[in-house]
Amino acid sequence: MRFIFAGFGGQGVMLMGQILAYAGMIEGKNVTWMPSYGPEMRGGTANCTVVVSDGPVASPVVDKAEVVVAMNIPSMIKFQDFLTENGFFFLNKSVIDREPDRKDGIKIYKLECNEIADKLGNLKVANMVMLGAVIGATKIVSKESVFKALEKKLTGKKAELIEINKLAIEEGMKKVSEQ
Amino acid sequence: MRKLLYKMPESLSGKEFTYCPGCHHGIVHRLVAEVIDELGIREKTLVVAPIGCSVFAYQFFNMDGTIAAHGRAPAVATGMKRARPDLYVFTYQGDGDLAAIGTAEIMHAANRGEKITTIFINNAIYGMTGGQMAPTTLLGMKTTTTPYGRDAQKDGYPMHMCEFLKEAKGVAYLARTKVTTPQDVEKTKKAIKKAFLAQIKGIGFGMVEVLSTCPTNWGMDPISAMKWLEEKMVPEYPLGIFVDKVGDEK
Amino acid sequence: MEKVMVKGTEAIGEAAIRAGCRHFFGYPITPQSELPEYMSKRLPEVGGVFLQTESEVATVNMLYGAACTGTRVMTSTSSPGFSLMMEGVSYMACAQLPAVFVNVVRGGPGLGDIQPAQGDYWQATKGGGHGDYKLIVLAPSTVQEAVDLTVLAFDLADKYRTPTLILADGLLGQMMEPVTFPEFRDLSTLPDHSSWAMTGAKDREPHIITSFDIDPYILEKMNLELVEKYKEIEKNEVRWEEFMTEDAEIVITAFGTVARIAKSVVEMARKDGIKVGLFRPITVWPYPYEPLKKLTEKVDLFFDVEMNMGQMLEDVKLAIGDKKPVAFYSRMGGVVPTPTEIYEALKKEIGRRV
Repeated sequence: MRFIFAGFGGQGVMLMGQILAYAGMIEGKNVTWMPSYGPEMRGGTANCTVVVSDGPVASPVVDKAEVVVAMNIPSMIKFQDFLTENGFFFLNKSVIDREPDRKDGIKIYKLECNEIADKLGNLKVANMVMLGAVIGATKIVSKESVFKALEKKLTGKKAELIEINKLAIEEGMKKVSEQ
Repeated sequence: MRKLLYKMPESLSGKEFTYCPGCHHGIVHRLVAEVIDELGIREKTLVVAPIGCSVFAYQFFNMDGTIAAHGRAPAVATGMKRARPDLYVFTYQGDGDLAAIGTAEIMHAANRGEKITTIFINNAIYGMTGGQMAPTTLLGMKTTTTPYGRDAQKDGYPMHMCEFLKEAKGVAYLARTKVTTPQDVEKTKKAIKKAFLAQIKGIGFGMVEVLSTCPTNWGMDPISAMKWLEEKMVPEYPLGIFVDKVGDEK
Repeated sequence: MEKVMVKGTEAIGEAAIRAGCRHFFGYPITPQSELPEYMSKRLPEVGGVFLQTESEVATVNMLYGAACTGTRVMTSTSSPGFSLMMEGVSYMACAQLPAVFVNVVRGGPGLGDIQPAQGDYWQATKGGGHGDYKLIVLAPSTVQEAVDLTVLAFDLADKYRTPTLILADGLLGQMMEPVTFPEFRDLSTLPDHSSWAMTGAKDREPHIITSFDIDPYILEKMNLELVEKYKEIEKNEVRWEEFMTEDAEIVITAFGTVARIAKSVVEMARKDGIKVGLFRPITVWPYPYEPLKKLTEKVDLFFDVEMNMGQMLEDVKLAIGDKKPVAFYSRMGGVVPTPTEIYEALKKEIGRRV
C-alpha cells in the first residue's frame, strides 16, 4: 500500500509517515519512507511517501497512491490525482474549507484535526489525530504497533509527549469509525 | 683522544641536496634535522613535502614522508596528526605553496591550533616553475610573469603571512628569521626548535618563516643574493617573533 | 540483529563506524549533510575523530594524510564537492592509499540543484581526476545495500590499497528503510598496513608514500603496477543483480535508485504479460560487461534508464555491441522518473519495434 502525506512544513507530516513506516517495520512488513526535500521544506509545503508491503518494496517513488493525506489546500490540489480507484483521501477539515475536484470512486474522510488536537491540549498532535484516522480506516497496521513506534521515535525529552500522541491516535480512530 | 665535533644529523638521509648553489633550502633542511635530532623525535616524526623546489625534501630527511598536493601540506599534516596524535608532523613549504594556492589550508590549520609544525621558505619567487611572481614578490621586482616589475595596482601587494597568522588564536609559536649570517642561523634554529616544542607540548600550531635566497631565479650570484635579501627583503618582511606561547626552555 | 529505521546517509555513517572507520573529515553540502552531522555525534562516542574542514579540497588532503598512517578514513560529499576533491583522489589512487568516499549525487552540471541525479557516473567510473586511474565504485539501490556496500568499500579499499567510492544519490541518502547493521568490527582484526604506512621510522627504513617520480621510466612502472591491480579487481570484484531475467525478452538496465524504480516497472509489465527483466550493476567499476553480454543470447531489446544524458549507456553498449538494440530513457536535472513514466516510455519503444 502506497501513502502520500502532505501539508505545510511544521504540521508534522514527515513524522506521520515515519511513525507509519516504523509501525509497519514492527509488524515485519517491508517499508520505505521517502521525503521531499529542499528549500521548500522550510515553512513551505512538505510531503513524504510511504510504502508498506508484504513483499520487498521496489520503487520508493510513487506516481499512484492508495492513500493520500492532505493537511492543507495546496496538498489536496497537488496530490488528488495520485489516488488510485477506491483510494482513501484524508482531508484536514480544520484547514481545508473546500471540496476536492476528485470525488468519484474514492473514499473521502474529513477530520477537524486541529480542533480535536486542541481539545486534547496540544495543537501539535493534529498529525497523530490524522494518522489515527488513517490506520483506523485502512487497517494497514494495528494501533499497538503505532504506539510502539511512538515509543521508539519519541525519546529523551520528547518521551513526555508519548501519552498525548497516543490519545490523539485513539481519537482519530474513533472519529473515523463514525464516518 | 679524538672528539667528534661535527657530523651529519641522523635526521638527514645523506642523499645529496639537489638545490642550486647559494640556495638556503640546504641550510634550513640541516637546521630542521639538527632540531629533530636534539629533540630525539626522529623515529616519531613524519615529513610532508610540498610542491615546489623542496618537493624532494622527503628524500633528504631520514624519516617517513610524503608529498602533499600543491598548497595542501597543512591539510595532509592535519589528517596525519588527527589519526596519530602520538606522532610529530611537520610541513615544509615554499611561498607559492603556502602563501598563494595554500592560503586556506595554512590559515585554517593555524586557526584550529593544529598541533603541527610548518617551515615556510619565503624567497619572493616561484623557483621550480622558473621564476614567476610569488605572492611574496616585492613591489617593482621583475619576474618572468612581471617583466615590468610587480605593480601593486595590477598584481597586489607582497603577502605578509606572519602578520596575518599572528591573529589566529590557535598559533602557539610564530617567527620570521633569515639565515644569512651565523648568528641568524642560530636564531633560526632556536625558532625551529620552539615551533616543534609548540607541537610536542601540545600547545598549538607553530611556524617559522625563513627569508631565503634564490640566486638562480633572482639572476644573481650567491653573495649578491644575500646582500639583496638583507637590503630589500628584510625591510619589507621585518624579522621577529610574532607569537610565543612556548616559553623559555629549562 | 534488530532492524532499525534509518536514513540512507546515517546508515552509511553507522556502517562505516561498524566497519572500523574512526576518522571522518567533511564539509557540509546538501543533500548529504546528515552524514557529517551523524559522524560528528557518533565518532566521539567510539573514540573516533570528526573534523569539519574548511573545504572539500582540504578534506581530500586530510584523507590523504590520515590514510598515510594506515587508519580507516572516510568522507562524504555531493557532486560539486566531489569535483573539488578530484585532484586529491588522483593523488591517492597513485599513492595507493585506501579510503572511502561517498558521493550523494545531485542535479548538475554546475551548481545544478539539490535533487537526486546520476550525472556523476562518468566522473566516478571513467576518471574524473587527472591521469590513468580507476576507483572501485559501488552503487547501492536500497538503504540496506548502502550499509553492506559501505562495509565492503572499506574492505576492498584495504585489500587493494585504493580509494573506493559509494555512488549514491539524494533519494537514497534521504529515504528511510529498516536495516540490519553488522556487528562492530574488532579494530585489532583490521588489515595490517605496517609494511607501508607512515608510523614513524623506528628500527626500519623510512616509508615514503608519494604519487610522484621524476623519472618517467619509474613512473611508468608505477603505472603498470596500477594496471595490474585494476586487472585483478576486474577479475575478482564484479558484482551485479539480475531480476526476472530468466525468461525476459526485454531487459532494463539501470543502476542505483533508478534500478529500484525500474523493478516496479518490471512488475507492472509482467502483470500485463510483457516479459521484462532487470539487469543492475552493483559495481559500476569494475563494470559487469560479461554477464550483460551473456544476456544478448536470449533478450531481444535492452532498455537503459538513467537520471543523466546516457552515461552508463556507453558501458551497456560496450557490453552488447551491435548484437541487440539498446533504447534509452532518462530524466535529468534532479527529476526522478516515476514507474509509470518509465513503463509508458518502454511501451512506446516496444510499439515502435513491432
